[in-house]
Amino acid sequence: MIQPDWELFVNSLWPLLDGAVRGTIPLALASFAIGLVLALVLALMRLSSKRALAAIARGYISIVRGTPLLVQLFVIFYGLPSIGVLIDPWPSAIVAFSVNVGGYAAEVIRAAILSVPKGQWEAAYMIGMSRNRALTRIILPQAARVSVPPLSNTFISLVKDTSLASLILVTELFREAQQIAAFSQKFMLLYLEAALIYWVICLILSTGQGFLEKRLDRYVAR
Amino acid sequence: MSPVDLPAGVGSGRTDAAPLLRVRGLKKSFGSNRVLESVDLAVGPGRVLALIGPSGSGKTTILRCLNGLELPDGGTIEVAAAASADADTGQGRGSTSTAVVVDFAAKTSPKQLAALRDRSAMVFQLYNLFPHKTVLQNVIEGPVVVQRRPLAEVTAEALALLERVGLTNKRDSYPFELSGGQQQRVGIVRALALRPQLLLFDEPTSALDPELVGDVLRLIKELADEGWSMVIVTHELEFAREVAHEIAFVDGGTIVEHGDPKQLLRHPQQERTRQFLYRLLNPF
Repeated sequence: MIQPDWELFVNSLWPLLDGAVRGTIPLALASFAIGLVLALVLALMRLSSKRALAAIARGYISIVRGTPLLVQLFVIFYGLPSIGVLIDPWPSAIVAFSVNVGGYAAEVIRAAILSVPKGQWEAAYMIGMSRNRALTRIILPQAARVSVPPLSNTFISLVKDTSLASLILVTELFREAQQIAAFSQKFMLLYLEAALIYWVICLILSTGQGFLEKRLDRYVAR
Repeated sequence: MSPVDLPAGVGSGRTDAAPLLRVRGLKKSFGSNRVLESVDLAVGPGRVLALIGPSGSGKTTILRCLNGLELPDGGTIEVAAAASADADTGQGRGSTSTAVVVDFAAKTSPKQLAALRDRSAMVFQLYNLFPHKTVLQNVIEGPVVVQRRPLAEVTAEALALLERVGLTNKRDSYPFELSGGQQQRVGIVRALALRPQLLLFDEPTSALDPELVGDVLRLIKELADEGWSMVIVTHELEFAREVAHEIAFVDGGTIVEHGDPKQLLRHPQQERTRQFLYRLLNPF
Protein backbone atom coordinates (compact mmCIF):
# COMPACT_ATOMS: atom_id res chain seq x y z
CA MET A 1 0.00 0.00 0.00
CA ILE A 2 1.35 3.38 -0.94
CA GLN A 3 0.54 6.06 1.57
CA PRO A 4 0.10 9.47 -0.03
CA ASP A 5 2.46 11.92 1.53
CA TRP A 6 -0.03 14.66 2.42
CA GLU A 7 2.59 16.84 3.96
CA LEU A 8 4.58 16.90 0.72
CA PHE A 9 1.36 17.52 -1.20
CA VAL A 10 0.52 20.57 0.89
CA ASN A 11 4.08 21.84 0.91
CA SER A 12 4.33 21.56 -2.89
CA LEU A 13 1.07 23.33 -3.46
CA TRP A 14 2.59 26.76 -2.98
CA PRO A 15 5.51 26.38 -5.41
CA LEU A 16 3.25 24.80 -8.00
CA LEU A 17 0.65 27.57 -7.72
CA ASP A 18 3.47 30.08 -7.86
CA GLY A 19 4.61 28.45 -11.09
CA ALA A 20 1.08 28.71 -12.45
CA VAL A 21 0.60 32.33 -11.47
CA ARG A 22 4.03 33.53 -12.56
CA GLY A 23 4.60 31.14 -15.45
CA THR A 24 1.71 29.25 -16.94
CA ILE A 25 -1.01 31.90 -16.76
CA PRO A 26 0.91 34.97 -17.99
CA LEU A 27 2.52 32.85 -20.68
CA ALA A 28 -0.87 31.65 -21.89
CA LEU A 29 -2.49 35.10 -21.69
CA ALA A 30 0.30 36.92 -23.49
CA SER A 31 0.59 34.29 -26.21
CA PHE A 32 -3.16 34.16 -26.72
CA ALA A 33 -3.47 37.94 -27.00
CA ILE A 34 -0.64 38.21 -29.51
CA GLY A 35 -1.83 35.08 -31.30
CA LEU A 36 -5.34 36.49 -31.72
CA VAL A 37 -4.09 39.69 -33.31
CA LEU A 38 -1.93 37.62 -35.63
CA ALA A 39 -4.88 35.36 -36.37
CA LEU A 40 -7.15 38.27 -37.28
CA VAL A 41 -4.54 39.61 -39.69
CA LEU A 42 -4.06 36.15 -41.21
CA ALA A 43 -7.81 35.58 -41.51
CA LEU A 44 -8.26 38.89 -43.33
CA MET A 45 -5.34 38.04 -45.60
CA ARG A 46 -6.94 34.68 -46.36
CA LEU A 47 -10.19 36.45 -47.25
CA SER A 48 -8.45 39.14 -49.28
CA SER A 49 -8.99 39.29 -53.00
CA LYS A 50 -5.25 39.86 -53.41
CA ARG A 51 -3.96 36.43 -54.25
CA ALA A 52 -0.43 36.94 -52.95
CA LEU A 53 -1.70 37.90 -49.50
CA ALA A 54 -4.05 34.95 -49.41
CA ALA A 55 -1.27 32.59 -50.48
CA ILE A 56 1.13 33.84 -47.80
CA ALA A 57 -1.52 33.34 -45.13
CA ARG A 58 -2.39 29.90 -46.46
CA GLY A 59 1.27 28.86 -46.41
CA TYR A 60 1.74 30.12 -42.87
CA ILE A 61 -1.33 28.33 -41.58
CA SER A 62 -0.34 25.13 -43.34
CA ILE A 63 3.15 25.12 -41.83
CA VAL A 64 1.97 25.95 -38.31
CA ARG A 65 -0.75 23.35 -38.32
CA GLY A 66 1.38 20.77 -40.05
CA THR A 67 4.29 20.76 -37.60
CA PRO A 68 4.39 19.83 -33.90
CA LEU A 69 4.35 22.63 -31.38
CA LEU A 70 7.32 21.05 -29.62
CA VAL A 71 9.33 21.19 -32.84
CA GLN A 72 8.38 24.86 -33.34
CA LEU A 73 9.49 25.60 -29.80
CA PHE A 74 12.82 23.82 -30.26
CA VAL A 75 13.52 25.46 -33.60
CA ILE A 76 13.10 28.87 -32.02
CA PHE A 77 15.01 28.21 -28.79
CA TYR A 78 17.65 25.65 -29.75
CA GLY A 79 17.73 26.07 -33.53
CA LEU A 80 17.92 29.80 -34.07
CA PRO A 81 21.12 30.29 -31.99
CA SER A 82 23.03 28.26 -34.60
CA ILE A 83 22.29 31.01 -37.12
CA GLY A 84 23.16 33.65 -34.59
CA VAL A 85 19.71 34.47 -33.24
CA LEU A 86 19.68 34.04 -29.47
CA ILE A 87 16.37 34.45 -27.71
CA ASP A 88 15.77 34.01 -23.99
CA PRO A 89 13.47 31.23 -22.76
CA TRP A 90 10.49 33.46 -21.98
CA PRO A 91 10.39 35.40 -25.26
CA SER A 92 11.07 32.17 -27.14
CA ALA A 93 8.08 30.55 -25.53
CA ILE A 94 5.83 33.53 -26.19
CA VAL A 95 6.91 33.70 -29.83
CA ALA A 96 6.36 29.98 -30.36
CA PHE A 97 2.96 29.88 -28.69
CA SER A 98 1.76 33.08 -30.40
CA VAL A 99 2.82 31.81 -33.79
CA ASN A 100 1.01 28.56 -33.08
CA VAL A 101 -2.20 30.14 -31.79
CA GLY A 102 -2.14 32.52 -34.75
CA GLY A 103 -2.23 29.63 -37.18
CA TYR A 104 -5.07 27.79 -35.50
CA ALA A 105 -7.20 30.78 -34.55
CA ALA A 106 -6.89 32.26 -38.04
CA GLU A 107 -9.03 29.47 -39.43
CA VAL A 108 -11.55 29.88 -36.63
CA ILE A 109 -11.85 33.61 -37.26
CA ARG A 110 -12.03 33.18 -41.00
CA ALA A 111 -14.86 30.68 -40.66
CA ALA A 112 -16.65 32.97 -38.19
CA ILE A 113 -16.42 35.93 -40.57
CA LEU A 114 -17.76 33.79 -43.41
CA SER A 115 -20.63 32.61 -41.22
CA VAL A 116 -22.08 36.14 -41.03
CA PRO A 117 -24.77 36.37 -43.73
CA LYS A 118 -23.93 38.36 -46.86
CA GLY A 119 -26.97 40.53 -46.19
CA GLN A 120 -25.17 42.02 -43.21
CA TRP A 121 -22.38 43.32 -45.45
CA GLU A 122 -24.99 44.68 -47.84
CA ALA A 123 -26.95 46.43 -45.11
CA ALA A 124 -23.71 47.95 -43.82
CA TYR A 125 -22.78 49.19 -47.30
CA MET A 126 -26.34 50.42 -47.77
CA ILE A 127 -26.10 52.74 -44.76
CA GLY A 128 -22.91 54.10 -46.27
CA MET A 129 -20.18 52.18 -44.47
CA SER A 130 -16.79 51.48 -45.99
CA ARG A 131 -15.49 47.92 -46.00
CA ASN A 132 -13.33 48.47 -42.92
CA ARG A 133 -16.10 50.08 -40.95
CA ALA A 134 -18.56 47.36 -41.93
CA LEU A 135 -16.01 44.82 -40.75
CA THR A 136 -15.34 46.38 -37.37
CA ARG A 137 -18.83 47.56 -36.48
CA ILE A 138 -21.10 45.00 -38.08
CA ILE A 139 -19.29 41.82 -39.09
CA LEU A 140 -16.66 41.20 -36.40
CA PRO A 141 -19.04 41.64 -33.44
CA GLN A 142 -21.24 38.97 -34.94
CA ALA A 143 -18.27 36.78 -35.84
CA ALA A 144 -17.01 37.10 -32.26
CA ARG A 145 -20.10 35.43 -30.93
CA VAL A 146 -19.69 32.46 -33.24
CA SER A 147 -16.01 32.08 -32.51
CA VAL A 148 -16.16 32.03 -28.70
CA PRO A 149 -16.57 28.25 -28.33
CA PRO A 150 -13.79 27.27 -30.77
CA LEU A 151 -11.45 30.00 -29.51
CA SER A 152 -12.08 28.84 -25.95
CA ASN A 153 -10.91 25.42 -27.05
CA THR A 154 -7.79 26.98 -28.51
CA PHE A 155 -7.12 28.85 -25.28
CA ILE A 156 -7.66 25.83 -23.06
CA SER A 157 -5.32 23.78 -25.24
CA LEU A 158 -2.80 26.57 -25.04
CA VAL A 159 -2.87 26.62 -21.23
CA LYS A 160 -1.96 22.93 -21.18
CA ASP A 161 0.55 23.26 -24.01
CA THR A 162 2.50 25.84 -22.03
CA SER A 163 3.84 22.87 -20.04
CA LEU A 164 6.09 22.28 -23.05
CA ALA A 165 7.89 25.50 -22.13
CA SER A 166 9.44 23.58 -19.26
CA LEU A 167 11.61 21.93 -21.91
CA ILE A 168 13.17 25.26 -22.82
CA LEU A 169 13.82 26.15 -19.19
CA VAL A 170 10.84 28.42 -18.55
CA THR A 171 9.85 28.20 -14.91
CA GLU A 172 6.18 27.38 -14.87
CA LEU A 173 3.83 24.96 -13.19
CA PHE A 174 5.14 21.76 -14.71
CA ARG A 175 8.81 22.61 -14.32
CA GLU A 176 8.20 23.29 -10.63
CA ALA A 177 6.55 19.88 -10.33
CA GLN A 178 9.45 18.20 -12.12
CA GLN A 179 11.99 19.80 -9.82
CA ILE A 180 10.18 18.86 -6.63
CA ALA A 181 9.56 15.35 -7.96
CA ALA A 182 13.21 14.83 -8.81
CA PHE A 183 14.24 16.01 -5.40
CA SER A 184 11.67 14.03 -3.39
CA GLN A 185 11.42 11.05 -5.74
CA LYS A 186 7.59 11.24 -5.40
CA PHE A 187 6.86 11.35 -9.11
CA MET A 188 3.29 10.07 -9.01
CA LEU A 189 2.22 12.50 -6.32
CA LEU A 190 3.77 15.60 -7.90
CA TYR A 191 2.63 14.90 -11.44
CA LEU A 192 -0.91 14.16 -10.28
CA GLU A 193 -0.85 17.35 -8.27
CA ALA A 194 0.26 19.30 -11.33
CA ALA A 195 -2.49 17.63 -13.35
CA LEU A 196 -5.02 18.63 -10.72
CA ILE A 197 -3.99 22.29 -10.88
CA TYR A 198 -4.14 22.32 -14.70
CA TRP A 199 -7.59 20.80 -14.45
CA VAL A 200 -8.80 23.43 -11.97
CA ILE A 201 -7.48 26.24 -14.18
CA CYS A 202 -9.30 24.77 -17.17
CA LEU A 203 -12.50 24.37 -15.15
CA ILE A 204 -12.38 28.05 -14.32
CA LEU A 205 -11.79 28.87 -17.97
CA SER A 206 -14.73 26.73 -19.07
CA THR A 207 -16.97 28.58 -16.65
CA GLY A 208 -15.69 31.86 -18.05
CA GLN A 209 -16.48 30.59 -21.55
CA GLY A 210 -20.05 29.87 -20.40
CA PHE A 211 -20.49 33.40 -19.10
CA LEU A 212 -19.04 34.92 -22.25
CA GLU A 213 -21.30 32.85 -24.48
CA LYS A 214 -24.32 33.83 -22.46
CA ARG A 215 -23.45 37.49 -22.67
CA LEU A 216 -22.84 37.42 -26.42
CA ASP A 217 -26.01 35.38 -26.97
CA ARG A 218 -28.28 38.00 -25.49
CA TYR A 219 -29.30 39.23 -28.90
CA VAL A 220 -29.94 35.83 -30.43
CA ALA A 221 -33.14 33.83 -30.30
CA ARG A 222 -32.84 30.79 -28.06
CA MET B 1 -44.93 41.87 -82.11
CA SER B 2 -42.66 44.87 -82.25
CA PRO B 3 -41.64 46.50 -79.01
CA VAL B 4 -43.32 49.75 -78.25
CA ASP B 5 -41.33 52.87 -78.83
CA LEU B 6 -39.15 53.65 -75.80
CA PRO B 7 -37.71 57.04 -76.67
CA ALA B 8 -35.99 57.88 -73.42
CA GLY B 9 -36.91 55.02 -71.19
CA VAL B 10 -39.33 54.47 -68.40
CA GLY B 11 -40.60 57.55 -66.66
CA SER B 12 -40.01 59.96 -69.46
CA GLY B 13 -43.63 60.13 -70.45
CA ARG B 14 -45.13 61.41 -67.27
CA THR B 15 -42.47 63.37 -65.44
CA ASP B 16 -41.08 66.81 -66.00
CA ALA B 17 -37.83 67.56 -67.75
CA ALA B 18 -35.60 66.84 -64.76
CA PRO B 19 -36.05 63.37 -63.31
CA LEU B 20 -34.55 62.59 -59.95
CA LEU B 21 -33.08 59.34 -61.18
CA ARG B 22 -32.08 58.54 -64.71
CA VAL B 23 -30.62 55.24 -65.82
CA ARG B 24 -29.32 54.71 -69.33
CA GLY B 25 -28.12 51.54 -71.00
CA LEU B 26 -27.50 49.65 -67.76
CA LYS B 27 -25.74 46.33 -68.45
CA LYS B 28 -24.74 43.58 -66.09
CA SER B 29 -23.43 40.04 -66.52
CA PHE B 30 -22.51 37.46 -63.95
CA GLY B 31 -19.82 35.49 -65.74
CA SER B 32 -21.32 34.48 -69.07
CA ASN B 33 -24.84 35.02 -67.78
CA ARG B 34 -26.28 38.30 -69.05
CA VAL B 35 -28.65 39.54 -66.39
CA LEU B 36 -29.29 43.05 -67.68
CA GLU B 37 -29.26 43.68 -71.42
CA SER B 38 -29.73 47.41 -71.55
CA VAL B 39 -32.03 49.06 -69.09
CA ASP B 40 -33.27 52.64 -69.36
CA LEU B 41 -35.49 54.17 -66.76
CA ALA B 42 -36.23 57.41 -64.98
CA VAL B 43 -38.02 58.36 -61.81
CA GLY B 44 -39.29 61.86 -61.24
CA PRO B 45 -39.22 63.57 -57.86
CA GLY B 46 -41.99 62.31 -55.62
CA ARG B 47 -42.85 59.50 -57.95
CA VAL B 48 -43.06 55.76 -57.47
CA LEU B 49 -41.88 53.21 -60.00
CA ALA B 50 -42.80 49.55 -59.48
CA LEU B 51 -40.74 46.84 -61.17
CA ILE B 52 -42.60 43.60 -61.76
CA GLY B 53 -41.57 40.48 -63.60
CA PRO B 54 -40.75 36.81 -63.19
CA SER B 55 -38.00 35.55 -60.89
CA GLY B 56 -34.61 35.90 -62.49
CA SER B 57 -35.81 38.62 -64.82
CA GLY B 58 -33.25 41.08 -63.46
CA LYS B 59 -35.53 43.43 -61.54
CA THR B 60 -33.72 42.95 -58.24
CA THR B 61 -30.39 43.38 -60.02
CA ILE B 62 -31.57 46.74 -61.36
CA LEU B 63 -32.39 47.82 -57.82
CA ARG B 64 -29.06 46.59 -56.48
CA CYS B 65 -27.20 48.49 -59.18
CA LEU B 66 -28.98 51.68 -58.11
CA ASN B 67 -27.57 51.24 -54.60
CA GLY B 68 -24.13 50.22 -55.76
CA LEU B 69 -24.47 46.72 -54.33
CA GLU B 70 -23.82 45.39 -57.81
CA LEU B 71 -21.32 46.98 -60.14
CA PRO B 72 -22.85 47.28 -63.61
CA ASP B 73 -20.67 46.54 -66.64
CA GLY B 74 -21.95 49.51 -68.57
CA GLY B 75 -24.45 52.31 -68.66
CA THR B 76 -24.93 55.42 -66.59
CA ILE B 77 -26.84 56.21 -63.44
CA GLU B 78 -27.65 59.82 -62.66
CA VAL B 79 -29.17 61.20 -59.51
CA ALA B 80 -30.17 64.84 -59.70
CA ALA B 81 -29.02 67.43 -57.19
CA ALA B 82 -31.14 67.56 -54.08
CA ALA B 83 -33.50 70.51 -54.36
CA SER B 84 -33.05 72.86 -51.43
CA ALA B 85 -36.76 72.63 -50.71
CA ASP B 86 -36.24 68.95 -49.93
CA ALA B 87 -33.98 69.74 -47.01
CA ASP B 88 -36.80 71.64 -45.34
CA THR B 89 -39.15 68.70 -45.57
CA GLY B 90 -36.57 66.40 -44.06
CA GLN B 91 -35.63 64.72 -47.29
CA GLY B 92 -32.28 64.75 -48.98
CA ARG B 93 -29.09 64.12 -47.13
CA GLY B 94 -28.42 67.56 -45.77
CA SER B 95 -25.56 69.22 -47.56
CA THR B 96 -25.12 66.82 -50.48
CA SER B 97 -26.73 68.77 -53.23
CA THR B 98 -24.68 68.23 -56.35
CA ALA B 99 -25.80 65.79 -58.99
CA VAL B 100 -24.19 62.37 -59.08
CA VAL B 101 -23.39 60.91 -62.48
CA VAL B 102 -21.70 57.54 -62.69
CA ASP B 103 -20.64 56.10 -66.01
CA PHE B 104 -20.01 52.40 -65.54
CA ALA B 105 -18.34 51.95 -68.91
CA ALA B 106 -15.33 53.70 -67.39
CA LYS B 107 -13.59 52.40 -64.30
CA THR B 108 -15.72 53.26 -61.30
CA SER B 109 -13.97 54.55 -58.21
CA PRO B 110 -15.16 53.54 -54.75
CA LYS B 111 -15.80 57.23 -54.13
CA GLN B 112 -18.28 57.46 -57.00
CA LEU B 113 -20.02 54.34 -55.78
CA ALA B 114 -20.24 55.74 -52.27
CA ALA B 115 -21.69 58.99 -53.61
CA LEU B 116 -24.32 57.04 -55.52
CA ARG B 117 -25.11 54.93 -52.49
CA ASP B 118 -25.47 58.06 -50.40
CA ARG B 119 -28.47 59.21 -52.39
CA SER B 120 -30.63 56.17 -51.89
CA ALA B 121 -31.56 53.82 -49.08
CA MET B 122 -32.67 50.26 -49.51
CA VAL B 123 -35.21 48.10 -47.73
CA PHE B 124 -34.27 44.44 -48.06
CA GLN B 125 -36.43 41.41 -48.63
CA LEU B 126 -34.97 39.70 -45.55
CA TYR B 127 -34.81 42.98 -43.56
CA ASN B 128 -31.06 42.55 -42.85
CA LEU B 129 -31.29 44.34 -39.54
CA PHE B 130 -28.12 44.19 -37.45
CA PRO B 131 -28.87 41.41 -34.94
CA HIS B 132 -26.35 42.62 -32.36
CA LYS B 133 -27.88 46.06 -32.15
CA THR B 134 -31.15 47.18 -30.62
CA VAL B 135 -33.91 48.66 -32.75
CA LEU B 136 -32.84 52.20 -31.92
CA GLN B 137 -29.16 51.41 -32.51
CA ASN B 138 -30.05 49.91 -35.88
CA VAL B 139 -31.77 53.12 -36.90
CA ILE B 140 -29.13 55.61 -35.71
CA GLU B 141 -26.03 53.65 -36.80
CA GLY B 142 -25.86 55.16 -40.29
CA PRO B 143 -26.75 58.76 -39.44
CA VAL B 144 -24.42 58.89 -36.41
CA VAL B 145 -21.46 56.72 -37.44
CA VAL B 146 -21.38 57.33 -41.18
CA GLN B 147 -23.04 60.70 -41.66
CA ARG B 148 -21.61 62.05 -38.38
CA ARG B 149 -24.76 63.88 -37.42
CA PRO B 150 -25.26 64.80 -33.74
CA LEU B 151 -26.43 61.88 -31.63
CA ALA B 152 -29.16 63.83 -29.80
CA GLU B 153 -30.70 65.13 -33.00
CA VAL B 154 -30.56 61.75 -34.73
CA THR B 155 -32.01 59.95 -31.71
CA ALA B 156 -34.93 62.36 -31.51
CA GLU B 157 -35.59 61.89 -35.21
CA ALA B 158 -35.29 58.11 -34.92
CA LEU B 159 -37.71 57.98 -32.00
CA ALA B 160 -40.21 60.10 -33.92
CA LEU B 161 -39.96 57.68 -36.85
CA LEU B 162 -40.36 54.66 -34.56
CA GLU B 163 -43.37 56.26 -32.97
CA ARG B 164 -44.86 56.77 -36.35
CA VAL B 165 -44.63 53.05 -37.15
CA GLY B 166 -45.87 52.11 -33.69
CA LEU B 167 -42.61 50.64 -32.42
CA THR B 168 -41.58 53.10 -29.73
CA ASN B 169 -41.92 50.43 -27.06
CA LYS B 170 -39.51 48.20 -29.01
CA ARG B 171 -36.69 50.73 -29.14
CA ASP B 172 -34.48 48.66 -26.85
CA SER B 173 -35.47 45.26 -28.21
CA TYR B 174 -33.18 43.17 -30.38
CA PRO B 175 -34.39 42.22 -33.86
CA PHE B 176 -34.93 38.56 -32.91
CA GLU B 177 -37.58 39.70 -30.43
CA LEU B 178 -39.67 41.24 -33.21
CA SER B 179 -42.08 39.72 -35.70
CA GLY B 180 -41.21 39.83 -39.37
CA GLY B 181 -43.58 42.71 -39.95
CA GLN B 182 -42.05 44.68 -37.10
CA GLN B 183 -38.55 43.96 -38.35
CA GLN B 184 -39.45 45.20 -41.80
CA ARG B 185 -40.94 48.39 -40.37
CA VAL B 186 -37.65 48.94 -38.54
CA GLY B 187 -35.92 48.28 -41.87
CA ILE B 188 -38.00 51.06 -43.42
CA VAL B 189 -37.30 53.42 -40.52
CA ARG B 190 -33.58 52.68 -40.83
CA ALA B 191 -33.77 53.67 -44.49
CA LEU B 192 -35.75 56.85 -43.76
CA ALA B 193 -33.32 57.92 -41.03
CA LEU B 194 -30.59 58.15 -43.66
CA ARG B 195 -32.57 60.97 -45.30
CA PRO B 196 -32.18 59.56 -48.79
CA GLN B 197 -33.50 61.15 -51.93
CA LEU B 198 -34.69 57.82 -53.19
CA LEU B 199 -36.11 54.79 -51.39
CA LEU B 200 -35.48 51.36 -52.87
CA PHE B 201 -37.65 48.42 -51.85
CA ASP B 202 -36.57 44.89 -52.76
CA GLU B 203 -39.65 42.68 -52.45
CA PRO B 204 -40.33 44.16 -49.02
CA THR B 205 -43.16 41.81 -48.13
CA SER B 206 -42.27 38.54 -49.79
CA ALA B 207 -40.64 37.10 -46.65
CA LEU B 208 -43.57 38.03 -44.43
CA ASP B 209 -46.44 35.93 -43.15
CA PRO B 210 -49.54 36.86 -45.15
CA GLU B 211 -51.29 38.48 -42.21
CA LEU B 212 -48.32 40.79 -41.61
CA VAL B 213 -48.06 42.07 -45.18
CA GLY B 214 -50.78 44.68 -44.78
CA ASP B 215 -49.03 46.82 -42.16
CA VAL B 216 -45.87 47.09 -44.21
CA LEU B 217 -47.68 47.87 -47.45
CA ARG B 218 -49.81 50.51 -45.72
CA LEU B 219 -46.65 52.18 -44.43
CA ILE B 220 -45.08 52.21 -47.90
CA LYS B 221 -48.27 53.66 -49.33
CA GLU B 222 -48.24 56.43 -46.73
CA LEU B 223 -44.66 57.28 -47.61
CA ALA B 224 -45.56 57.38 -51.29
CA ASP B 225 -48.45 59.72 -50.52
CA GLU B 226 -46.06 61.97 -48.63
CA GLY B 227 -44.01 62.41 -51.74
CA TRP B 228 -41.04 60.11 -51.25
CA SER B 229 -39.49 58.99 -54.51
CA MET B 230 -39.31 55.22 -54.71
CA VAL B 231 -38.42 52.24 -56.80
CA ILE B 232 -40.22 49.11 -55.62
CA VAL B 233 -39.58 45.56 -56.76
CA THR B 234 -42.70 43.62 -55.90
CA HIS B 235 -44.88 40.66 -56.68
CA GLU B 236 -47.94 42.33 -55.15
CA LEU B 237 -49.74 43.54 -58.28
CA GLU B 238 -52.67 44.97 -56.34
CA PHE B 239 -50.26 47.00 -54.26
CA ALA B 240 -48.23 48.10 -57.28
CA ARG B 241 -51.38 49.38 -58.95
CA GLU B 242 -52.40 51.18 -55.79
CA VAL B 243 -49.10 52.86 -54.94
CA ALA B 244 -47.09 53.25 -58.13
CA HIS B 245 -47.29 56.06 -60.62
CA GLU B 246 -45.75 53.79 -63.16
CA ILE B 247 -45.14 50.07 -63.57
CA ALA B 248 -42.35 48.54 -65.60
CA PHE B 249 -42.49 44.89 -66.59
CA VAL B 250 -38.99 43.40 -66.59
CA ASP B 251 -38.15 40.17 -68.35
CA GLY B 252 -34.94 38.74 -69.76
CA GLY B 253 -32.88 41.65 -68.46
CA THR B 254 -34.80 44.36 -70.27
CA ILE B 255 -37.83 46.48 -69.63
CA VAL B 256 -40.35 44.87 -71.91
CA GLU B 257 -43.09 47.39 -71.36
CA HIS B 258 -43.91 50.21 -69.00
CA GLY B 259 -46.65 52.67 -68.37
CA ASP B 260 -49.59 53.70 -66.28
CA PRO B 261 -50.33 50.96 -63.71
CA LYS B 262 -54.00 50.50 -64.51
CA GLN B 263 -53.35 50.59 -68.21
CA LEU B 264 -50.46 48.14 -68.06
CA LEU B 265 -52.13 45.66 -65.76
CA ARG B 266 -55.44 45.69 -67.61
CA HIS B 267 -54.29 46.09 -71.20
CA PRO B 268 -50.71 44.89 -71.53
CA GLN B 269 -49.35 45.56 -75.01
CA GLN B 270 -46.75 42.84 -75.08
CA GLU B 271 -47.34 39.13 -75.32
CA ARG B 272 -44.77 38.37 -72.60
CA THR B 273 -46.45 40.77 -70.21
CA ARG B 274 -49.80 39.19 -70.94
CA GLN B 275 -48.45 35.71 -70.23
CA PHE B 276 -46.83 36.82 -67.00
CA LEU B 277 -49.94 38.55 -65.72
CA TYR B 278 -52.12 35.64 -66.76
CA ARG B 279 -49.97 33.16 -64.85
CA LEU B 280 -49.88 35.40 -61.79
CA LEU B 281 -53.60 35.97 -61.73
CA ASN B 282 -54.52 32.37 -62.55
CA PRO B 283 -52.10 30.19 -60.63
CA PHE B 284 -54.22 27.04 -60.97
